[in-house]
Parts: sequence; structure tokens; C-alpha cells
Amino acid sequence: MPDLLIELFSEEIPARMQTRAADDLKKLVTDGLVEAGLTYAGAAAFSTPRRLAMSLDGLSAESKATREERKGPKVGAPDKAIDGFLRGAGVTREDLEIRDDKKGQVYFAVIEKPGRLAADIIAEVLEKTIRNFPWPKSMRWGDGPLKWVRPLHSIICILSDEAGAQVVPVDIDGIASGDSTRGHRFLAPDAFSVTGFDDYEAKLKRAHVILRADERAELIWHDATNQAFALGLEVVEDRGLLAEVAGLVEWPVVLLGQIADDFLGLPPEVLQTSMKEHQKFFSVRNPKTNRIERFVTVANMETADHGATILAGNQKVLFARLADAKFFWENDLRVAKAGMDPWLDSLSNVTFHNKLGSQKDRIERIAALAREIAPAVGADPELAEQAARVAKADLSSEMVYEFPELQGLMGRYYATEAGLDTSVAAACQEHYSPLGPSDDVPTAPVSVAVALADKIDTLTGFWAIDEKPTGSKDPFALRRAALGVIRLVLENNVTLSLLDAMSNQYMREVRPNMGDGWTCFAEVWQRTTDASIDVDGERRNVFWEERSLALGSNLLSFFHDRLKVFLKDKGIRHDIIDACIAMDGDDNLTLLVKRAEALAETLATDDGENLIQGFKRANNILTQAEEKDGVEYSYGADIKFAEDDVEKALFAALDAADAKIAPAMAAEDFSTAMAAMAAIRPAVDAFFTDVQVNADSQVLRRNRLNLLSRIRNLCLSVADLTKIDG
Amino acid sequence: MADKPRSFQEIILRLQTYWASKGCAILQPYDMEVGAGTFHPATTLRALGSKAWAAAYVQPSRRPTDGRYGENPNRLQHYYQYQVLIKPSPPDLQELYLGSLKAIGIDASLHDIRFVEDDWESPTLGAWGLGWEVWCDGMEVSQFTYFQQVGGYDCKPVSGELTYGLERLAMYILGVDHVMDMPFNDPQSPSPLTYRDVFKQTEEEYARWNFDVADTDILLQHFKDAEAECQRILEQPADDPKTGKRIIMAHPAYDQCIKASHLFNLLDARGVISVTERQAYIGRVRALAKQCADAFVQTEAGGAAA
Repeated sequence: MPDLLIELFSEEIPARMQTRAADDLKKLVTDGLVEAGLTYAGAAAFSTPRRLAMSLDGLSAESKATREERKGPKVGAPDKAIDGFLRGAGVTREDLEIRDDKKGQVYFAVIEKPGRLAADIIAEVLEKTIRNFPWPKSMRWGDGPLKWVRPLHSIICILSDEAGAQVVPVDIDGIASGDSTRGHRFLAPDAFSVTGFDDYEAKLKRAHVILRADERAELIWHDATNQAFALGLEVVEDRGLLAEVAGLVEWPVVLLGQIADDFLGLPPEVLQTSMKEHQKFFSVRNPKTNRIERFVTVANMETADHGATILAGNQKVLFARLADAKFFWENDLRVAKAGMDPWLDSLSNVTFHNKLGSQKDRIERIAALAREIAPAVGADPELAEQAARVAKADLSSEMVYEFPELQGLMGRYYATEAGLDTSVAAACQEHYSPLGPSDDVPTAPVSVAVALADKIDTLTGFWAIDEKPTGSKDPFALRRAALGVIRLVLENNVTLSLLDAMSNQYMREVRPNMGDGWTCFAEVWQRTTDASIDVDGERRNVFWEERSLALGSNLLSFFHDRLKVFLKDKGIRHDIIDACIAMDGDDNLTLLVKRAEALAETLATDDGENLIQGFKRANNILTQAEEKDGVEYSYGADIKFAEDDVEKALFAALDAADAKIAPAMAAEDFSTAMAAMAAIRPAVDAFFTDVQVNADSQVLRRNRLNLLSRIRNLCLSVADLTKIDG
Repeated sequence: MADKPRSFQEIILRLQTYWASKGCAILQPYDMEVGAGTFHPATTLRALGSKAWAAAYVQPSRRPTDGRYGENPNRLQHYYQYQVLIKPSPPDLQELYLGSLKAIGIDASLHDIRFVEDDWESPTLGAWGLGWEVWCDGMEVSQFTYFQQVGGYDCKPVSGELTYGLERLAMYILGVDHVMDMPFNDPQSPSPLTYRDVFKQTEEEYARWNFDVADTDILLQHFKDAEAECQRILEQPADDPKTGKRIIMAHPAYDQCIKASHLFNLLDARGVISVTERQAYIGRVRALAKQCADAFVQTEAGGAAA
């Protein structure tokens, strides 16, 4: 069983692409080999800045020969049919055998494929893999047609077993496979040859290349934390950065450097972001002061001066970077302390969307809505409005211009410097949340008010101008905004009518910005009906209200769709949510979810599950009878026509349930209501077992149908059980 | 050679000597205002077509918005780039590049030199390529790009382009913290000159003109004129009625494209171009660049059959 080693050696591969590329290499090669009939015991993939590699052990030395028989047309069949069969089977007429079949003589094709040597298959699969490699971006170089992420220089492709190693010959546009590679660009640039994977990895290490990315990352983290620990400091954890840096070096050398005192007063996030984004430095924190006091840089080089020159150079670059950051911070502080007015003014020159006005217009709308919904989330309306007004001021600051990822956080610093209430400062940062399904949801009332207002404004606005998400396209992240609203409402237990909020926002957004909407409508009306339209104020209002309602219900069903996805992850079935959406108050998501949870709980019980069957049976019988008779059996069941005890017991059960359900529903106590509903199940079951609804006596029949109607109405008053599957 | 250079000009001279020794034609700067060495027709146009090419040159470059009256240690509205373009890109271009660093006194065994992903795109030239920014001890010292498209054309063969930001690189090698303190010629010479002696005054003069004085109406008119002239040149029939020769005027047209591009930069510095207009202006320059590329590939230098 031979082992296979492949290395694709190139100029520097972008760090962010390496891991994925190594996995792709493994998958494409192993899939190709298996498809061609080879088997293997194990495979592994590796990457460094200059190479992708994979090893495969226990590979079969050749693929098995295969033999396949195919039955063809009858002897004497038209030539067309026979030719088609020959094409499909890939054989000639002379190869066909004639055999006796039940219906006479039939052609048979025997397709024999000999086994192939692993080396031949590998050469074919590797060439195909290289030519069709799924790089996110690839390029040509020199005058060749080959595409790779950066110029490809050499290929190792060797099969090795006890007898030794053998190069699998592959030639791709003049790059011939071999058994040699190179070490570190500066520390061991000469070529060397290898005999198998273990030899390859060991020789690379001697040539100052650590093949495994996780080993490099571990080494970096280990050295960095050790050096920091020796000074009583700690490295700020950043897994993304660690993975990236491990992809920038073949031979990591960790160097700990100083940050000049001038910059220690900058907010730690600013230091961290500037060092990470521009220089890919780790931040080193003093746990006592919580300040960032040092940095760690990872070089790809061992030098005679133990990195002194490298570190000095890096410190110099950092000094220039931080001097910029400090300049921004100090300029920003001046504006913040004076009340941020220039920032707010300048937002009127920034277009949010050409159909939705400027950032300033948008902020005005968010502030109005934040004020309105403040009571529902337990926030002070004054503070909510104020927070909404300043929450986006930092977008005009120099720091956020330089580092957009610091938006919100800088807002918090600046609002604090401006002397605003701490809840207002917090809202500046928190109103963007939650950004994703795993992001924390703010709980401070002012933050919740602004976060909700911001997202509802965005959704209503883009709905109004018909920029809804379609398929995989969601350029304005509206699905994320809707999920944000859902989580803000549910996790804070907020009772809020979304329809009211959306309609208020629609009136604010659309009328000033799409002021010609009415004019357009009136013109179209006139053209198509040849009658001029009454343009008095009342008609206008009706026009806008109708549009607002249409938009509201469309947007609400978008919310419902997102809610279904959200609740599905929490184990609540979509049909249960549908059953609840059909009820009043479905724009109050907290209520809607409470109802759905209670229903899910009830349906999980034996009574609940069986009641559904009873309900459906009652509903079916009723619907059929109503269709047949052309009347609606909705009322008038009278216990005096009840013949036997089972029937009387159902009357009693329904009376008892009614008495409980109505007050429970009024109190939004869905669990009690649903439990009361489920409690009628034994009576319903017994009724269907013992009583024949379609009795000969029309009086009895009508009374029983009306009784079924009571079951139906009772159930429907709790949730629309017709929507439940099963 | 590996000893340290002593002045800005010595670094330039060493780069000239090095790339000449590697077979590049040492060209002179283009005699027009450009924002970067890439705009030189020796790069933009010569990257097109099938003919082999190898050139290196210094290009004075102007970025009006970067003017700081000569006070910022790193920012200038006028600075120098060193540009190398080799077509087809040779297989050892990285080694050649590292050799040039050695030539100007960067000892690779003492420093940390890295190739960090950086894809290059010029929306005004309709051009893009893949490559890296080269880091020396955490500082970007060069751009290294394999051109994939210019003026909307696939580059076949591919050119390798190297761009050195000369002031920044020289400051690092010479250990200078403020660009104005950098020795321009040999500090031991009878008349030692610093970068300040040569450029401080011009930085002030241009910064004032760029930001506050340049007449925007005139600039706007010049932009329109350059655009119109570029198109007019390209509309001329290929056959010259006077000489009877086939003369496609790709270069004169491209000059107008360069002019339009620089005028746009000046207008931008004057703050008269809004965010939405910006894209439109860039699109207009790109359209010119594209038409010039269309014209160039029909010429002999552009690889068309004579």
C-alpha cells in the first residue's frame, strides 16, 4: 500500500485563502482517486504562505478491473436503435454477443475495463485539480494560460512504499513534477529532495518551515503569552488574527515591542484596532490597569541581532500610525466636548439613500419613533429621543472615518465626553446590536428603544421604496434587521404593536421623500380613467393610509417568516406559528410567541394531540354538512335535545371550558386557555365513539352539528388549529 | 553595493543601475502631471499587446489632496515613484525584486521582508492585477502586481509591475523621521542639500494653490476640453491624408486622458466634487482610458500586425 505526497509550491498565497485551499486540494484529489476506483486509508492537508501540501496513506496500488454486461436491443432491431446502444456502451458491433432471451435473440455488450496503475490515475487527477482549482481569485503570469492564486513554481508528486519513492510524472504547462522543494525564502533557500511525507515534514523543519498551520499558531501563542507573562502582562486573545498571522509566516519569531508613552492614553480599542488592522500586531494588556501597554509582532525571520532591527522598524511604523490615531482622537474630543453639533450638521450632507433622504433625515425619524416606543420598553422618552439624535454622530468623526469598525464604540466615548447621560452614551454603542444570531441583545431600556427604532425605520424605509431582499440578495441586510427586531422584542419581553410603529414610520419616511407619490398616482388615475381625481385632503389621507396598510401587512409577513426561522431553531414547528399568526394581535411578537409556545406545549401532551384529531373530525363533518345543506351550523345547540349521557357530558365539558378560556384569553394567559381546551378531549373522543352525528332525525342531526360547531369555535378562539399539520 | 546609501538620489541611482543591469530600458519620467508611475504610457499602454517589454523609470507623481504644506513628516502632494514593468513577467521576478532591495542597502538577513496580499485596482484606468504589498519590518516599501487587465483588455502576456514609494523607502534606509530632513545629495558634498532645501517651498506653494486658489471653473473647462480632444483625436481616420501612412494617434489621445485624470484630482482637492459626482468623473476618465487602449492595440507597438 503506497503513500502519496503532493506539494504545490508557489509565490505567497494570501493568508485568508490558505486553509480553505488545503482542504479543497485534499477533497478534489481524494474524490478524484476514489471515483477512479482507488481506495486509501487516511488523508491530511497542509498550508504555508508558499505551499499547499497533502499526504495520503494506504493507497491502493491500482484500481480493480471491472466487467459490466449490458442488455441491448433484439437481433434484427432497426440500425438506429443498435447504433444508439453501441454509442452508449462505447463498443463496436463486432464486440456484441448474441444471447437467447425469453423473447428471442438479444444483443449483449460486455464492457471490460482493465485495472489502472495508481500513478496514472494520480497524474490525471492532479492535473485536473490544478487546472480547475476553486481559488476565490486567481491569475495568469508570464505568457502561459495557467491560472493559480499566484505564480506556481514547482510540484512534488511522489508515491512511496518500502521499495522507495517514485515520482508520478505530471507536466502542467512546463511545470514538471519532481521530488524536490525549497525551504524558507531567506533562511534555507536551496532546493532539496524528499522521499515521503515524514521525510518532507522533517526536512522542511530543518529548512526553517513549519508545515502545519496549527503548529505555527500554537507556537506563536505560546511564545507571545510567555513573553507577556514574564512582564506581568497578558496578550489580548484574537483567534482571527492568530490564524491570519500563522498564514503570513513559515518560521514564526515572536517579538514583544513597546508602545510610546504618548499613546497610552488612547482608548484601548483604538490602540488595538490600529495595531491589528494596519500592522497585524497583537495587543498586550496590563491586567492591573486594563491598558494596552505593549504589542507583539510575529516576524518570519531569525536574525543575528535577535530581531532588534526588525523590532525597531516595527516600532517606528507603529509610532507613525498611532500619531495619526492620536491626532484624530484629539480633534474628535474637541468636537465632542463642544456638543457634537458640527458632526450632526454634516450628516445632513451625507446621503443615506437617494430615495430616503440624508442621514440627518433618517436620524430625525428614528428619534421620533424612539420617543414613541420608549414607554413600551420602559425607557424615558426624553432620553430615548436624545440618544437617537446623537447615536450616529460618530459617523462624522475622524476616528470612525479611519476605522469604520469603531462606529458606535467611539460614539459612546464621545457622548460620555459630551457629558450626556450614561444611558445615552451606552445607546450610542448598543443600538447597532444585535448584529448576528449570536450577538448579545441590549437590555438597557434606552438602548432597546433606539435599537428598535433604528431597525424598524430601516425596514419600513426600504419596503416603502421597494428594495426588499430577494433570494440570496439582501444588500441592505434587511433580514438581519428583522431578526434584530425579533430578538430585541422577545428577549426583552416587549409588548409593542409592530403595525403601529411601521405605519407611523412609513408616514414619516415616504411623504416627505416621495412627495410626488400622490401626484404620480393622481396622474395615472387620470390617464387610465379619464377622470380627474378629487384631491382634497381627506382623499389624500385615505390614499396614504391604504398604502401604509398594504405595506404594513406585507412587511409583517416578512417578520413572520423570519420568526418562523428563528423559532424553528428553538424547536417550535412552523405550522404551530401559522396557527397563531392567524389570530388577532399577530403584530405583537411577544404575545404571538407566548401563544405559540403554549400551543406547542399543549400539542405535546396526549390530550392536545388527540384533540387535534377530534377538532379536525368535527371540522370535516361540519364543512361537508354545511356544503351539502348550504347553511352554516354556527349556533343553537341545545342540551334538551341531547339523547344520551355522552352527548350531555360534551355539553358540560364545553360549558366548563368556555368559562375558563374566555377570561384566560383576555388575560393573555394562553397556557390556561389551551389546557382548558385540551381538557375537552375525553368528552369529544367519547362523543365520536358513541354518537352518530348524521342521525335520522333532522332535529337531532342539526343539534349535533351545532354542537360540533361549538367544538370548532372553542378551538378556533385559542388558535387556528386548521393550520396544524397531521 | 550592500553598503548603505547616503542620500535620496543615491538610492535612485542605485535602482537605475540595478535595473539597467537586469536588462531594463531606463526611461525618463513622463513629461506630464500624473498621480502615479502607472500612468506613464510605458506602463499603461505597454502592458497591452503581445510584444515583450522591460522598462524602469522614476516618475514624479502628484496627489493634490495629500498636500500638507511640507509639514507632515510623511505626506507630500508631489513625490517620486520608481516604476519597473517587465512583460512577460519573468519567473524569478520576486528574486529580482529582492536583489533591488539589496542594491539599495536592505540586508535581507537582518530584516523581515514579507509579501502581504494586496490586490491592485485602478478604476480610472479600467485596470486590475493581483500581487502584494511588500513589507520590510512592518513597513510597506513596494507594490508588486501581476497585471491581469488594462483598459478592459486581458493582459496577454502578463506584465509584472513593481512600484517603490521612493521617499518612504529612502527615509527608512537613511533613518530619517521627517521627509524634509532627508539628505537629497551626499551630505559630504560641497553644497549638501536636504529634501527641505529642494521641496519645502514648492510644497507650500502648491498646497495653497491646490486647496484654495486653483480656479475651479477653468479646471472644469479644461477637463471638458481634454475629454473632447481625446475623443476627437481618436475619431480621426487611421490613414493620414498627408503622408499616406497609417497613423493611429493613441499616445496623443492618451495624453488627454492623463490630463483629464489630473484635472479631476485637482478638482477633488478643491472640494468641488460631491460623493455622487465622483463616480461619474471616474467613469468618464475610465471611458477615455478604454478608448485609448482600443486605439493602442491597433498600432504596431500594441502588437497589431504591421
